[in-house]
Amino acid sequence: MRHRFDVRIGPAGFRVGSDWRAPVEQLAALYSDYPKPENGVPDFTVRLTAPRPWRRWLRPSVAIAGDYMLPEAAPLPLRHGLLAAEMAMNLQMALGWRRHLLLHASAVEKDGRALVMSGESGAGKSTLAALLATRGWRLMGDEFALVHPRTGDVHAFPRLVSLKNESVAAMAAEVGEARWGPLLAGTPKGDIRHLVPGPAAIAAMDTPARPMLLVFPRFGFAPAVRTVPPSEAFVRLTQASTNYTALAEDGFKALHRLVAEVPSVAIDYPDGAAALALIDELVP
Amino acid sequence: MSRRDAELLTRVLREPDVAGMLGADEWTTLLTVARAEQLIGTLACRLDGLPVPHAVSAILTDARANAEEGRRQALWEAEMARRALAPLGLPVVLLKGTAFVAAGLAAGQGRAIGDCDILVPREHIDAVEAALLAAGWEWVKPDPYDDDYYRRWMHELPPLIHRERDRMIDVHHTILPLTARIAPDAAALIEGSVVLETGLRVLSPHDMIVHAAAHLLADGDLAGGLRNLWDIHCLLGEFGVEGLCERAQHHGLWPAVWRAARLANDLFGTTIPDGWRVRDSADPLYRRRLLARDGWGRQTRPLTRLGFYVRSHWLRMPPAMLARHLWIKWRGSPAASGRRG
Repeated sequence: MRHRFDVRIGPAGFRVGSDWRAPVEQLAALYSDYPKPENGVPDFTVRLTAPRPWRRWLRPSVAIAGDYMLPEAAPLPLRHGLLAAEMAMNLQMALGWRRHLLLHASAVEKDGRALVMSGESGAGKSTLAALLATRGWRLMGDEFALVHPRTGDVHAFPRLVSLKNESVAAMAAEVGEARWGPLLAGTPKGDIRHLVPGPAAIAAMDTPARPMLLVFPRFGFAPAVRTVPPSEAFVRLTQASTNYTALAEDGFKALHRLVAEVPSVAIDYPDGAAALALIDELVP
Repeated sequence: MSRRDAELLTRVLREPDVAGMLGADEWTTLLTVARAEQLIGTLACRLDGLPVPHAVSAILTDARANAEEGRRQALWEAEMARRALAPLGLPVVLLKGTAFVAAGLAAGQGRAIGDCDILVPREHIDAVEAALLAAGWEWVKPDPYDDDYYRRWMHELPPLIHRERDRMIDVHHTILPLTARIAPDAAALIEGSVVLETGLRVLSPHDMIVHAAAHLLADGDLAGGLRNLWDIHCLLGEFGVEGLCERAQHHGLWPAVWRAARLANDLFGTTIPDGWRVRDSADPLYRRRLLARDGWGRQTRPLTRLGFYVRSHWLRMPPAMLARHLWIKWRGSPAASGRRG
C-alpha cells in the first residue's frame, strides 16, 4: 500500500496501510513515542482503503478493513480517517487477540494494583480513566483490559484515549493542547478527540498489574455504590469480553478466577468530581 | 514483490525449511496472505517446532490454538447433528473440513472449518430437515426466491443455523448443483462411504478427492481456492491415486480431478503419476486466479477473478436460466441477494 505506519501498543503490534497520506501522518504524530512491533513483524494488518476506486478522490471515504473484518462496517469520510484507523485496530484486537482474556474495560494502576472499569458505551469508562490518570494513577487503557490466563494479571493496552462530546471539554481543562489529536466533528459516535496517554503510561506499558477492584460505572445518576456479587460480575464480564468464547476453557478459568479473587462494585455518578470522590473512598 | 506474495505462502507450505531464511517483511507478507486465504492454522502446523522469531512464534501459537478450538467446535456440531438425526436411522456422511478432522486426516491439521456440511440420501431429505428443525436449527434465508431456488436447483437445502449455538449446517443430497452439466452418482457416494466410531460416516478416500476437486473446480469461482487445493494435496498424499481416475470418471469429474492434481503438483509439489503431468493451456489461468492475493491481504487481478466468477455461473446453470437468475438477483434488494447468488 502507498502509506504505511507500524506501532506496538502493549503486547500487540499493528501495521496500518493507507491509500492516503493524512491518516498515517496523524497516527505517526500521535503515536510518535510508541515502540515498533517486536521483531518488525506486526500481529495485525489494518487497511484504510477506498470502498470504490473513485472514492479515493471523489468525496473520499475510508473502508475499515484488515485481517479481521465485519461485513456490516460502514465506511467513514476521509476527514475521520484517524477514527477509522482506531476502530480497525480495535476490531483486530476484539476478533483476533487470544493471548489474554479481553475485557471491554478501561484500567488504571497505582502501586502495582489495577482498577478495572467496565461499562457500555456512554458509561464513562474512558473519561474516568483519563481523569484518574491526572490524579496519580497510571493509565493502562481506555478500551480493553487484558487479563493473562495463567497469572491473572491485567496487562495494559494504552492506545489513544477516545473521548466524546462533553468529555472532550471536561478533559481539555486538565490536559495541555500538545497531547490532543484533531477534533473529529460529527462522527457516527458524535464529536471525538483523541488524547495521547502521558509519558508514564507509554513507558510502563509492558508492566502488568494485579487487579484489585472491578468497577461498573454508570453516568448520569445520583452518587451511589453497590456491592456486586461475583456471579453478577461474571455474567456482566462475559458480555463485556470479545474473546471469552474463543478462549474456551482458558477463558472460563481466567474470568472465574478474576471474579473470585477481586471484589466488584457498581457506582452511579452525576459528574467527574463525584466519581473521583467515590473512587477515593473505595481505594483510599 | 506483490506478484509473488501468494507464492511465498505456497512455497513455505511446500518446504517449511524456507521459513528459516525469511526477513521481517517477508514474514509479515506470509502471515497476512495465510490469514486471508484461511491457511494460517495450516501454516502454523507446518512450521511447528521450527525456529522462528519470537513475534512470529506467538502468532503461530495463537493460530494453532484457534484451529484446535475450531476442530473441537466442528466435532461438537457433527455430534449434535448425529444426535438429532439418529432416530431416522439414515447414513449421515460428513463432508469437507469436518470430515477431515473427524477422520483424523492430514488435511484437517490446522484447517479452518466453517459450516458443518453433511450428505444424506435425497429421498429422505424432508425427514432430515424436519428432524433438524425440531432440534433447534432454523432457516437463515427468509427470501422466497432463494428458498425456492435452493429446493429446486441446488445440491443442498437452504442453510440452517442453530438458534442457540449460532452454527450453520449445510445438508447436501449430492455434491454439485442439479443444474450443473455434470451429475455425480450421489447414491454411490453414500454407498461407498466409510463408517467412523461415532456412527457418522465420511466419503471413501477416492470420493473425498473427487468431492474436493469438484468443490474447487466444478462449482464456485475459486475464491479461497488455495485452501481447497491444499486439501487435495494432502488427500492425494495420504490416499494415493490408484483407481482414482476410474472413480472420478464414474462421477463425470475426471477432468476436474486431473486438473486439481496438476495444480497441486505445480503449487505444492504433490506426487502424481508422470502420465498426468501434461501441459494444459488453461492451467496458468487457474494458477493466476489461485494466487490473486497481495501481501496486504487484498485480492488482486480483478479481471481474472471476474472471469472465474462468470465461469462459475456458466458451469452452474444453462444460459436461459442464468439470465433469469441474474435478472431476479439484479432487481432484488441487496438484502435479498443470496450467499451463493
